[in-house]
Amino acid sequence: MTNQKQRRRSIVRAVITLAVAAALYQAVALSGYFPPVLMPTIPTIGGTLRDMLADGTMFEHAGATLYRVLFGFCLAVMLGMSLGILMARFKAVENFFLPLVSALMPIPSFSLVPLFMLWFGIGNLTTILVVFYAATFPMLFNTWSGVRAVNPLWLRAAGAMGADEKKLFWKVIIPGAFPFIITGMRQAFLRSWIAVVGAEMIAASDWGLGWVIFDAKEFLQTNVMMASIVVIGVIGFVFERVVFGSIERATVQRWGMVRMAKG
Amino acid sequence: MQDVTTIAVASVSGGPTRAGQERWRAIWRNVFPFLVVGAIWEIIAWSGAFPRKLFPTLEDVAVSLVQLTISGILPHHAVDTVIRLLSGFALAAIVGLALGMLMGRSQRAEDICLPLVSILAPIPGLAYTPLFLLWFGPGEVAAVLLVAFVSMFPVIYNSWTGVKAVKEIWIRSAQSMGADRRRMFRYVILPGALPYILTGLRLGLAQAWRILVAVEMLAAVPWGLGWLIFGAREFLNTDAMMAGVVVIAVIGLTLEKYVFQKLEDYTVVRWGMMESMSS
Repeated sequence: MTNQKQRRRSIVRAVITLAVAAALYQAVALSGYFPPVLMPTIPTIGGTLRDMLADGTMFEHAGATLYRVLFGFCLAVMLGMSLGILMARFKAVENFFLPLVSALMPIPSFSLVPLFMLWFGIGNLTTILVVFYAATFPMLFNTWSGVRAVNPLWLRAAGAMGADEKKLFWKVIIPGAFPFIITGMRQAFLRSWIAVVGAEMIAASDWGLGWVIFDAKEFLQTNVMMASIVVIGVIGFVFERVVFGSIERATVQRWGMVRMAKG
Repeated sequence: MQDVTTIAVASVSGGPTRAGQERWRAIWRNVFPFLVVGAIWEIIAWSGAFPRKLFPTLEDVAVSLVQLTISGILPHHAVDTVIRLLSGFALAAIVGLALGMLMGRSQRAEDICLPLVSILAPIPGLAYTPLFLLWFGPGEVAAVLLVAFVSMFPVIYNSWTGVKAVKEIWIRSAQSMGADRRRMFRYVILPGALPYILTGLRLGLAQAWRILVAVEMLAAVPWGLGWLIFGAREFLNTDAMMAGVVVIAVIGLTLEKYVFQKLEDYTVVRWGMMESMSS
Protein backbone atom coordinates (compact mmCIF):
# COMPACT_ATOMS: atom_id res chain seq x y z
CA MET A 1 0.00 0.00 0.00
CA THR A 2 2.62 2.47 1.11
CA ASN A 3 4.93 0.98 -1.48
CA GLN A 4 2.45 1.81 -4.20
CA LYS A 5 2.03 5.31 -2.88
CA GLN A 6 5.80 5.67 -2.80
CA ARG A 7 6.02 4.59 -6.40
CA ARG A 8 3.32 6.92 -7.58
CA ARG A 9 5.08 9.79 -5.86
CA SER A 10 8.35 8.80 -7.55
CA ILE A 11 6.70 8.84 -10.96
CA VAL A 12 5.07 12.21 -10.31
CA ARG A 13 8.39 13.62 -9.17
CA ALA A 14 10.16 12.20 -12.23
CA VAL A 15 7.64 13.86 -14.54
CA ILE A 16 7.94 17.13 -12.65
CA THR A 17 11.75 17.01 -12.82
CA LEU A 18 11.77 16.42 -16.54
CA ALA A 19 9.21 19.17 -17.08
CA VAL A 20 11.21 21.58 -14.94
CA ALA A 21 14.47 20.70 -16.68
CA ALA A 22 12.85 21.18 -20.07
CA ALA A 23 11.29 24.47 -18.99
CA LEU A 24 14.63 25.70 -17.62
CA TYR A 25 16.37 24.82 -20.84
CA GLN A 26 13.63 26.50 -22.82
CA ALA A 27 13.83 29.63 -20.68
CA VAL A 28 17.59 29.88 -21.08
CA ALA A 29 17.31 29.28 -24.80
CA LEU A 30 14.62 31.94 -25.18
CA SER A 31 16.33 34.46 -22.90
CA GLY A 32 18.81 35.22 -25.65
CA TYR A 33 21.69 35.01 -23.22
CA PHE A 34 23.29 32.51 -25.57
CA PRO A 35 22.92 32.92 -29.32
CA PRO A 36 19.95 30.87 -30.56
CA VAL A 37 22.12 29.07 -33.11
CA LEU A 38 24.10 27.55 -30.27
CA MET A 39 21.13 26.77 -28.09
CA PRO A 40 18.00 26.00 -30.11
CA THR A 41 14.66 25.83 -28.36
CA ILE A 42 12.97 22.50 -27.81
CA PRO A 43 10.26 23.08 -30.46
CA THR A 44 13.01 23.86 -32.98
CA ILE A 45 14.76 20.57 -32.19
CA GLY A 46 11.48 18.70 -32.40
CA GLY A 47 10.68 20.35 -35.72
CA THR A 48 14.10 19.47 -37.14
CA LEU A 49 13.71 15.90 -35.99
CA ARG A 50 10.26 15.70 -37.60
CA ASP A 51 11.51 17.20 -40.87
CA MET A 52 14.51 14.88 -41.03
CA LEU A 53 12.30 11.88 -40.32
CA ALA A 54 9.73 13.02 -42.88
CA ASP A 55 12.16 13.51 -45.77
CA GLY A 56 13.94 10.28 -44.92
CA THR A 57 17.45 11.67 -44.37
CA MET A 58 17.42 10.60 -40.74
CA PHE A 59 16.52 7.06 -41.77
CA GLU A 60 19.38 6.95 -44.22
CA HIS A 61 21.85 8.20 -41.63
CA ALA A 62 20.54 5.76 -39.05
CA GLY A 63 20.56 2.97 -41.63
CA ALA A 64 24.19 3.62 -42.54
CA THR A 65 25.18 3.67 -38.88
CA LEU A 66 23.22 0.53 -38.08
CA TYR A 67 24.74 -1.30 -41.02
CA ARG A 68 28.24 -0.47 -39.82
CA VAL A 69 27.62 -1.23 -36.21
CA LEU A 70 25.82 -4.52 -36.85
CA PHE A 71 28.36 -5.69 -39.41
CA GLY A 72 31.27 -5.02 -37.07
CA PHE A 73 29.39 -6.35 -34.07
CA CYS A 74 28.46 -9.64 -35.80
CA LEU A 75 32.05 -10.16 -36.93
CA ALA A 76 33.23 -9.47 -33.40
CA VAL A 77 30.69 -11.87 -31.89
CA MET A 78 31.72 -14.63 -34.27
CA LEU A 79 35.43 -14.17 -33.73
CA GLY A 80 35.23 -13.38 -30.04
CA MET A 81 32.98 -16.31 -29.28
CA SER A 82 34.90 -18.93 -31.21
CA LEU A 83 38.29 -17.74 -29.98
CA GLY A 84 36.96 -17.48 -26.44
CA ILE A 85 35.66 -21.05 -26.52
CA LEU A 86 38.88 -22.34 -28.05
CA MET A 87 40.94 -20.52 -25.43
CA ALA A 88 38.89 -21.98 -22.63
CA ARG A 89 38.98 -25.52 -24.02
CA PHE A 90 42.58 -25.80 -25.19
CA LYS A 91 45.49 -24.77 -23.03
CA ALA A 92 47.80 -24.22 -26.00
CA VAL A 93 45.43 -21.72 -27.62
CA GLU A 94 45.08 -19.90 -24.33
CA ASN A 95 48.83 -19.76 -23.84
CA PHE A 96 49.30 -18.23 -27.24
CA PHE A 97 46.47 -15.73 -27.37
CA LEU A 98 46.11 -14.56 -23.78
CA PRO A 99 49.28 -12.40 -23.77
CA LEU A 100 48.33 -10.86 -27.10
CA VAL A 101 44.80 -10.14 -25.98
CA SER A 102 45.87 -8.58 -22.70
CA ALA A 103 48.32 -6.35 -24.53
CA LEU A 104 45.83 -5.22 -27.18
CA MET A 105 42.81 -4.81 -24.93
CA PRO A 106 43.85 -1.60 -23.16
CA ILE A 107 44.43 0.19 -26.48
CA PRO A 108 41.34 2.33 -27.09
CA SER A 109 39.85 1.51 -30.46
CA PHE A 110 39.89 5.18 -31.48
CA SER A 111 43.66 5.35 -31.41
CA LEU A 112 43.65 3.02 -34.41
CA VAL A 113 41.29 5.16 -36.46
CA PRO A 114 43.97 7.32 -38.14
CA LEU A 115 45.99 4.23 -38.99
CA PHE A 116 42.97 2.46 -40.44
CA MET A 117 42.16 5.61 -42.41
CA LEU A 118 45.56 5.44 -44.07
CA TRP A 119 45.27 1.73 -44.75
CA PHE A 120 41.65 1.36 -45.74
CA GLY A 121 40.58 4.85 -46.68
CA ILE A 122 37.60 6.78 -45.41
CA GLY A 123 34.26 5.08 -45.18
CA ASN A 124 32.55 1.85 -44.30
CA LEU A 125 35.54 -0.47 -44.06
CA THR A 126 37.40 1.67 -41.53
CA THR A 127 34.32 2.22 -39.40
CA ILE A 128 33.39 -1.45 -39.42
CA LEU A 129 36.91 -2.46 -38.44
CA VAL A 130 36.97 0.01 -35.56
CA VAL A 131 33.64 -1.34 -34.31
CA PHE A 132 34.99 -4.85 -34.72
CA TYR A 133 38.09 -4.03 -32.71
CA ALA A 134 36.09 -2.39 -29.95
CA ALA A 135 33.55 -5.20 -29.66
CA THR A 136 35.80 -8.24 -29.93
CA PHE A 137 37.50 -7.98 -26.55
CA PRO A 138 34.47 -7.89 -24.23
CA MET A 139 32.94 -10.73 -26.23
CA LEU A 140 36.10 -12.80 -26.08
CA PHE A 141 36.74 -12.22 -22.41
CA ASN A 142 33.24 -13.04 -21.30
CA THR A 143 33.00 -16.18 -23.42
CA TRP A 144 36.35 -17.32 -22.13
CA SER A 145 35.42 -16.88 -18.50
CA GLY A 146 31.94 -18.27 -19.14
CA VAL A 147 33.17 -21.54 -20.58
CA ARG A 148 35.70 -21.88 -17.80
CA ALA A 149 33.00 -21.23 -15.22
CA VAL A 150 30.79 -24.11 -16.38
CA ASN A 151 30.20 -26.29 -13.36
CA PRO A 152 32.60 -29.27 -13.66
CA LEU A 153 29.98 -31.41 -11.96
CA TRP A 154 27.71 -31.01 -14.98
CA LEU A 155 30.49 -32.02 -17.34
CA ARG A 156 31.19 -35.13 -15.32
CA ALA A 157 27.52 -35.95 -14.94
CA ALA A 158 26.93 -35.60 -18.67
CA GLY A 159 30.05 -37.66 -19.37
CA ALA A 160 28.89 -40.37 -17.00
CA MET A 161 25.55 -40.45 -18.76
CA GLY A 162 27.36 -41.13 -21.98
CA ALA A 163 27.37 -37.76 -23.74
CA ASP A 164 29.97 -37.61 -26.49
CA GLU A 165 32.19 -34.63 -27.16
CA LYS A 166 29.74 -32.96 -29.54
CA LYS A 167 26.75 -33.37 -27.27
CA LEU A 168 28.76 -32.20 -24.30
CA PHE A 169 29.62 -29.05 -26.17
CA TRP A 170 26.17 -28.14 -27.46
CA LYS A 171 24.03 -29.34 -24.58
CA VAL A 172 26.21 -28.55 -21.57
CA ILE A 173 29.02 -26.12 -22.25
CA ILE A 174 27.21 -23.62 -24.46
CA PRO A 175 24.06 -23.35 -22.32
CA GLY A 176 26.22 -23.26 -19.21
CA ALA A 177 28.29 -20.39 -20.53
CA PHE A 178 25.33 -18.55 -21.98
CA PRO A 179 24.74 -16.01 -19.19
CA PHE A 180 28.33 -14.85 -19.64
CA ILE A 181 27.99 -14.83 -23.41
CA ILE A 182 24.89 -12.63 -23.17
CA THR A 183 26.73 -10.25 -20.85
CA GLY A 184 29.57 -10.20 -23.35
CA MET A 185 27.19 -9.34 -26.18
CA ARG A 186 25.68 -6.51 -24.17
CA GLN A 187 29.04 -5.01 -23.32
CA ALA A 188 30.23 -5.53 -26.87
CA PHE A 189 27.23 -3.74 -28.28
CA LEU A 190 27.61 -0.84 -25.88
CA ARG A 191 31.23 -0.46 -26.91
CA SER A 192 30.43 -0.76 -30.61
CA TRP A 193 27.76 1.87 -30.30
CA ILE A 194 30.26 4.29 -28.79
CA ALA A 195 32.91 3.26 -31.31
CA VAL A 196 30.71 3.75 -34.34
CA VAL A 197 29.75 7.30 -33.37
CA GLY A 198 33.36 8.27 -32.76
CA ALA A 199 34.69 6.53 -35.82
CA GLU A 200 32.10 8.20 -38.01
CA MET A 201 33.09 11.59 -36.66
CA ILE A 202 36.79 11.09 -37.31
CA ALA A 203 36.77 8.94 -40.43
CA ALA A 204 33.94 10.90 -41.95
CA SER A 205 32.02 9.44 -44.82
CA ASP A 206 28.81 10.72 -46.38
CA TRP A 207 26.25 9.10 -44.16
CA GLY A 208 25.91 8.14 -40.56
CA LEU A 209 24.62 9.64 -37.33
CA GLY A 210 28.10 10.42 -36.02
CA TRP A 211 29.04 12.07 -39.27
CA VAL A 212 25.91 14.19 -39.40
CA ILE A 213 26.55 15.54 -35.90
CA PHE A 214 30.08 16.48 -36.72
CA ASP A 215 29.16 17.88 -40.10
CA ALA A 216 26.38 20.00 -38.58
CA LYS A 217 28.99 21.67 -36.39
CA GLU A 218 30.58 23.25 -39.44
CA PHE A 219 27.30 24.94 -40.32
CA LEU A 220 26.33 25.72 -36.73
CA GLN A 221 23.21 23.61 -37.10
CA THR A 222 22.83 22.84 -33.43
CA ASN A 223 19.26 21.71 -33.98
CA VAL A 224 20.40 18.96 -36.37
CA MET A 225 23.03 17.91 -33.84
CA MET A 226 20.52 17.67 -31.03
CA ALA A 227 18.03 15.77 -33.17
CA SER A 228 20.71 13.23 -34.12
CA ILE A 229 21.79 12.86 -30.51
CA VAL A 230 18.18 12.03 -29.63
CA VAL A 231 18.05 9.38 -32.36
CA ILE A 232 21.37 7.90 -31.21
CA GLY A 233 20.08 7.69 -27.67
CA VAL A 234 16.81 6.07 -28.73
CA ILE A 235 18.48 3.43 -30.89
CA GLY A 236 20.99 2.58 -28.18
CA PHE A 237 18.21 2.32 -25.62
CA VAL A 238 16.11 0.08 -27.87
CA PHE A 239 18.98 -2.31 -28.46
CA GLU A 240 19.96 -2.47 -24.83
CA ARG A 241 16.48 -2.97 -23.42
CA VAL A 242 14.42 -4.54 -26.17
CA VAL A 243 16.84 -6.67 -28.15
CA PHE A 244 19.18 -7.92 -25.46
CA GLY A 245 16.48 -7.92 -22.83
CA SER A 246 14.31 -10.23 -24.91
CA ILE A 247 17.22 -12.50 -25.81
CA GLU A 248 17.92 -12.82 -22.12
CA ARG A 249 14.29 -13.59 -21.32
CA ALA A 250 14.03 -16.15 -24.11
CA THR A 251 17.15 -18.06 -23.12
CA VAL A 252 18.83 -17.59 -19.81
CA GLN A 253 15.81 -16.74 -17.76
CA ARG A 254 13.76 -19.53 -19.29
CA TRP A 255 16.50 -21.99 -18.52
CA GLY A 256 16.49 -20.63 -15.00
CA MET A 257 20.17 -19.76 -15.07
CA VAL A 258 20.32 -16.12 -14.13
CA ARG A 259 20.33 -16.73 -10.42
CA MET A 260 23.01 -19.29 -10.78
CA ALA A 261 25.08 -16.93 -12.87
CA LYS A 262 24.86 -14.22 -10.29
CA GLY A 263 25.22 -16.24 -7.11
CA MET B 1 61.34 -42.54 7.05
CA GLN B 2 64.36 -42.78 4.84
CA ASP B 3 62.23 -42.06 1.82
CA VAL B 4 60.69 -38.99 3.27
CA THR B 5 64.04 -37.39 4.05
CA THR B 6 65.47 -38.09 0.61
CA ILE B 7 62.41 -36.66 -1.01
CA ALA B 8 62.59 -33.62 1.21
CA VAL B 9 66.28 -33.16 0.45
CA ALA B 10 65.73 -33.67 -3.23
CA SER B 11 62.95 -31.16 -3.35
CA VAL B 12 64.98 -28.64 -1.38
CA SER B 13 68.01 -28.98 -3.61
CA GLY B 14 65.91 -29.02 -6.76
CA GLY B 15 63.67 -26.24 -5.51
CA PRO B 16 65.36 -23.01 -6.61
CA THR B 17 66.38 -24.21 -10.07
CA ARG B 18 62.98 -25.69 -10.72
CA ALA B 19 61.33 -22.48 -9.61
CA GLY B 20 63.76 -20.59 -11.82
CA GLN B 21 62.97 -22.81 -14.77
CA GLU B 22 59.30 -22.38 -14.11
CA ARG B 23 59.70 -18.61 -14.17
CA TRP B 24 61.72 -18.66 -17.38
CA ARG B 25 59.12 -20.85 -18.98
CA ALA B 26 56.35 -18.47 -17.95
CA ILE B 27 58.26 -15.51 -19.36
CA TRP B 28 58.96 -17.40 -22.55
CA ARG B 29 55.31 -18.36 -22.84
CA ASN B 30 54.32 -14.71 -22.62
CA VAL B 31 56.98 -13.49 -25.03
CA PHE B 32 56.59 -16.19 -27.66
CA PRO B 33 53.26 -14.96 -29.16
CA PHE B 34 54.69 -11.46 -29.59
CA LEU B 35 57.72 -12.86 -31.38
CA VAL B 36 55.48 -14.75 -33.79
CA VAL B 37 53.31 -11.72 -34.51
CA GLY B 38 56.38 -9.49 -34.78
CA ALA B 39 57.99 -11.89 -37.25
CA ILE B 40 54.86 -11.99 -39.40
CA TRP B 41 54.74 -8.19 -39.31
CA GLU B 42 58.40 -7.96 -40.37
CA ILE B 43 57.90 -10.39 -43.24
CA ILE B 44 54.93 -8.42 -44.58
CA ALA B 45 56.73 -5.11 -44.15
CA TRP B 46 59.88 -6.32 -45.91
CA SER B 47 58.03 -8.18 -48.65
CA GLY B 48 57.02 -4.87 -50.18
CA ALA B 49 53.40 -5.86 -50.61
CA PHE B 50 52.47 -2.51 -49.09
CA PRO B 51 54.40 0.74 -49.45
CA ARG B 52 56.83 1.10 -46.61
CA LYS B 53 55.47 4.55 -45.79
CA LEU B 54 52.15 2.93 -44.87
CA PHE B 55 53.47 -0.27 -43.34
CA PRO B 56 56.72 0.54 -41.54
CA THR B 57 59.02 -2.14 -40.22
CA LEU B 58 59.34 -2.57 -36.48
CA GLU B 59 62.83 -1.03 -36.63
CA ASP B 60 61.36 2.15 -38.09
CA VAL B 61 58.78 2.29 -35.34
CA ALA B 62 61.42 1.68 -32.69
CA VAL B 63 63.70 4.34 -34.16
CA SER B 64 60.98 6.98 -34.24
CA LEU B 65 59.87 5.95 -30.74
CA VAL B 66 63.41 6.55 -29.46
CA GLN B 67 63.86 9.77 -31.43
CA LEU B 68 60.54 11.23 -30.34
CA THR B 69 61.26 10.28 -26.75
CA ILE B 70 64.75 11.81 -26.75
CA SER B 71 63.58 15.02 -28.37
CA GLY B 72 60.97 15.28 -25.64
CA ILE B 73 57.99 15.42 -27.97
CA LEU B 74 56.49 12.10 -27.00
CA PRO B 75 56.80 12.63 -23.23
CA HIS B 76 55.16 16.04 -23.57
CA HIS B 77 52.23 14.53 -25.46
CA ALA B 78 51.94 11.68 -22.98
CA VAL B 79 52.08 13.91 -19.92
CA ASP B 80 49.41 16.20 -21.32
CA THR B 81 47.18 13.24 -22.07
CA VAL B 82 47.59 11.83 -18.57
CA ILE B 83 46.94 15.22 -16.96
CA ARG B 84 43.81 15.63 -19.06
CA LEU B 85 42.66 12.14 -18.13
CA LEU B 86 43.23 12.71 -14.43
CA SER B 87 41.70 16.18 -14.25
CA GLY B 88 38.61 15.06 -16.15
CA PHE B 89 38.32 11.98 -14.02
CA ALA B 90 38.82 13.90 -10.77
CA LEU B 91 35.98 16.23 -11.71
CA ALA B 92 33.80 13.26 -12.57
CA ALA B 93 34.65 11.50 -9.32
CA ILE B 94 33.82 14.50 -7.15
CA VAL B 95 30.53 15.37 -8.85
CA GLY B 96 29.56 11.75 -9.42
CA LEU B 97 30.22 10.66 -5.84
CA ALA B 98 28.37 13.60 -4.35
CA LEU B 99 25.37 13.13 -6.63
CA GLY B 100 25.31 9.35 -6.34
CA MET B 101 25.47 9.34 -2.56
CA LEU B 102 22.86 12.03 -2.29
CA MET B 103 20.63 9.97 -4.55
CA GLY B 104 21.24 6.90 -2.42
CA ARG B 105 20.42 8.67 0.84
CA SER B 106 17.48 10.83 -0.04
CA GLN B 107 14.41 9.61 -1.82
CA ARG B 108 13.69 13.12 -3.04
CA ALA B 109 17.12 13.54 -4.62
CA GLU B 110 16.72 10.15 -6.27
CA ASP B 111 13.34 11.02 -7.73
CA ILE B 112 14.69 14.28 -9.08
CA CYS B 113 18.02 13.10 -10.47
CA LEU B 114 17.32 9.58 -11.65
CA PRO B 115 15.20 10.48 -14.70
CA LEU B 116 17.81 12.95 -15.90
CA VAL B 117 20.65 10.50 -15.34
CA SER B 118 18.88 7.63 -17.06
CA ILE B 119 18.09 9.80 -20.07
CA LEU B 120 21.59 11.20 -20.45
CA ALA B 121 23.62 8.11 -19.57
CA PRO B 122 22.85 5.76 -22.48
CA ILE B 123 23.87 8.28 -25.15
CA PRO B 124 27.47 7.61 -26.19
CA GLY B 125 29.50 10.46 -24.74
CA LEU B 126 31.27 11.16 -28.00
CA ALA B 127 27.98 12.22 -29.55
CA TYR B 128 28.14 15.31 -27.33
CA THR B 129 31.61 16.24 -28.59
CA PRO B 130 30.61 18.69 -31.34
CA LEU B 131 28.09 20.29 -29.00
CA PHE B 132 30.73 20.79 -26.32
CA LEU B 133 33.10 22.14 -28.94
CA LEU B 134 30.54 24.72 -30.00
CA TRP B 135 29.63 25.69 -26.46
CA PHE B 136 33.06 25.82 -24.89
CA GLY B 137 35.22 26.35 -27.95
CA PRO B 138 37.79 23.88 -29.18
CA GLY B 139 40.62 23.13 -26.79
CA GLU B 140 41.36 22.18 -23.25
CA VAL B 141 38.10 23.13 -21.51
CA ALA B 142 35.87 21.21 -23.87
CA ALA B 143 38.10 18.13 -23.75
CA VAL B 144 38.31 17.97 -19.96
CA LEU B 145 34.61 18.68 -19.49
CA LEU B 146 33.67 16.03 -22.00
CA VAL B 147 35.84 13.39 -20.37
CA ALA B 148 34.39 14.36 -16.99
CA PHE B 149 30.84 14.23 -18.30
CA VAL B 150 31.29 10.81 -19.83
CA SER B 151 33.04 9.15 -16.91
CA MET B 152 30.63 10.65 -14.40
CA PHE B 153 27.75 8.28 -15.13
CA PRO B 154 29.34 5.00 -14.01
CA VAL B 155 30.42 6.76 -10.81
CA ILE B 156 26.92 8.09 -10.14
CA TYR B 157 25.27 4.78 -10.87
CA ASN B 158 27.55 2.67 -8.75
CA SER B 159 27.73 4.95 -5.74
CA TRP B 160 23.94 5.22 -5.84
CA THR B 161 23.51 1.43 -5.89
CA GLY B 162 26.24 1.06 -3.29
CA VAL B 163 24.61 3.37 -0.78
CA LYS B 164 21.27 1.68 -1.37
CA ALA B 165 22.85 -1.75 -0.91
CA VAL B 166 24.10 -0.98 2.60
CA LYS B 167 22.26 -3.41 4.80
CA GLU B 168 19.29 -1.94 6.55
CA ILE B 169 20.21 -3.84 9.69
CA TRP B 170 23.62 -2.15 9.92
CA ILE B 171 22.02 1.24 9.72
CA ARG B 172 19.42 0.39 12.31
CA SER B 173 21.88 -1.14 14.72
CA ALA B 174 24.17 1.87 14.37
CA GLN B 175 21.17 4.10 15.01
CA SER B 176 20.13 2.19 18.08
CA MET B 177 23.68 2.45 19.36
CA GLY B 178 23.32 6.19 19.10
CA ALA B 179 25.34 7.11 16.05
CA ASP B 180 24.72 10.63 14.81
CA ARG B 181 24.40 11.42 11.12
CA ARG B 182 28.03 12.18 10.58
CA ARG B 183 29.28 9.06 12.28
CA MET B 184 26.68 6.99 10.53
CA PHE B 185 27.97 8.23 7.21
CA ARG B 186 31.62 7.90 8.10
CA TYR B 187 31.54 4.49 9.78
CA VAL B 188 28.57 2.66 8.30
CA ILE B 189 27.46 3.96 4.93
CA LEU B 190 30.82 4.83 3.44
CA PRO B 191 32.53 1.50 4.24
CA GLY B 192 29.40 -0.42 3.28
CA ALA B 193 29.15 1.26 -0.10
CA LEU B 194 32.88 1.28 -0.78
CA PRO B 195 33.13 -1.82 -2.97
CA TYR B 196 30.50 -0.41 -5.28
CA ILE B 197 32.04 3.04 -5.22
CA LEU B 198 35.44 1.68 -6.16
CA THR B 199 33.87 -0.35 -8.97
CA GLY B 200 32.24 2.83 -10.22
CA LEU B 201 35.50 4.74 -10.11
CA ARG B 202 37.25 1.96 -11.96
CA LEU B 203 34.59 1.86 -14.68
CA GLY B 204 34.61 5.64 -14.93
CA LEU B 205 38.36 5.82 -15.35
CA ALA B 206 38.28 3.07 -17.98
CA GLN B 207 35.54 4.90 -19.85
CA ALA B 208 37.45 8.17 -19.67
CA TRP B 209 40.56 6.50 -21.03
CA ARG B 210 38.68 4.94 -23.94
CA ILE B 211 37.19 8.15 -25.22
CA LEU B 212 39.99 10.56 -24.33
CA VAL B 213 42.00 9.65 -27.42
CA ALA B 214 39.06 10.37 -29.70
CA VAL B 215 38.31 13.61 -27.88
CA GLU B 216 41.88 14.74 -28.42
CA MET B 217 41.59 14.03 -32.11
CA LEU B 218 38.40 16.04 -32.43
CA ALA B 219 38.93 18.87 -29.97
CA ALA B 220 42.07 20.36 -31.52
CA VAL B 221 44.12 20.41 -28.34
CA PRO B 222 47.72 21.56 -28.78
CA TRP B 223 49.33 18.50 -27.16
CA GLY B 224 48.18 14.95 -26.52
CA LEU B 225 48.73 11.45 -27.82
CA GLY B 226 45.45 11.40 -29.74
CA TRP B 227 46.42 14.60 -31.45
CA LEU B 228 49.91 13.24 -32.17
CA ILE B 229 48.46 10.23 -33.95
CA PHE B 230 45.91 12.26 -35.82
CA GLY B 231 48.40 14.93 -36.85
CA ALA B 232 50.96 12.36 -37.99
CA ARG B 233 48.41 11.01 -40.45
CA GLU B 234 48.53 14.24 -42.43
CA PHE B 235 52.21 13.74 -43.11
CA LEU B 236 52.01 9.98 -43.63
CA ASN B 237 54.20 9.52 -40.57
CA THR B 238 52.99 5.99 -39.97
CA ASP B 239 55.98 5.21 -37.76
CA ALA B 240 55.18 8.15 -35.49
CA MET B 241 51.57 7.00 -35.34
CA MET B 242 52.64 3.51 -34.34
CA ALA B 243 54.96 4.95 -31.72
CA GLY B 244 51.99 6.90 -30.34
CA VAL B 245 49.86 3.77 -30.27
CA VAL B 246 52.62 1.95 -28.39
CA VAL B 247 52.75 4.67 -25.75
CA ILE B 248 48.95 4.58 -25.47
CA ALA B 249 49.11 0.83 -25.00
CA VAL B 250 51.73 1.19 -22.29
CA ILE B 251 49.67 3.78 -20.41
CA GLY B 252 46.58 1.62 -20.80
CA LEU B 253 48.37 -1.47 -19.53
CA THR B 254 49.74 0.47 -16.57
CA LEU B 255 46.25 1.69 -15.69
CA GLU B 256 44.91 -1.83 -16.01
CA LYS B 257 47.64 -3.51 -13.97
CA TYR B 258 48.40 -0.95 -11.30
CA VAL B 259 45.12 0.89 -10.89
CA PHE B 260 42.17 -1.25 -11.88
CA GLN B 261 43.44 -4.58 -10.63
CA LYS B 262 44.83 -3.04 -7.44
CA LEU B 263 41.49 -1.42 -6.73
CA GLU B 264 39.75 -4.72 -7.29
CA ASP B 265 42.11 -6.65 -5.03
CA TYR B 266 41.78 -3.96 -2.42
CA THR B 267 38.00 -4.13 -2.33
CA VAL B 268 37.62 -7.87 -2.54
CA VAL B 269 40.38 -8.92 -0.23
CA ARG B 270 40.76 -6.25 2.35
CA TRP B 271 37.13 -5.49 3.03
CA GLY B 272 36.00 -9.05 2.43
CA MET B 273 32.66 -7.65 1.42
CA MET B 274 31.96 -9.16 -1.95
CA GLU B 275 30.59 -12.35 -0.42
CA SER B 276 28.41 -10.67 2.11
CA MET B 277 27.06 -8.43 -0.64
CA SER B 278 26.12 -11.11 -3.09
CA SER B 279 24.60 -13.47 -0.56
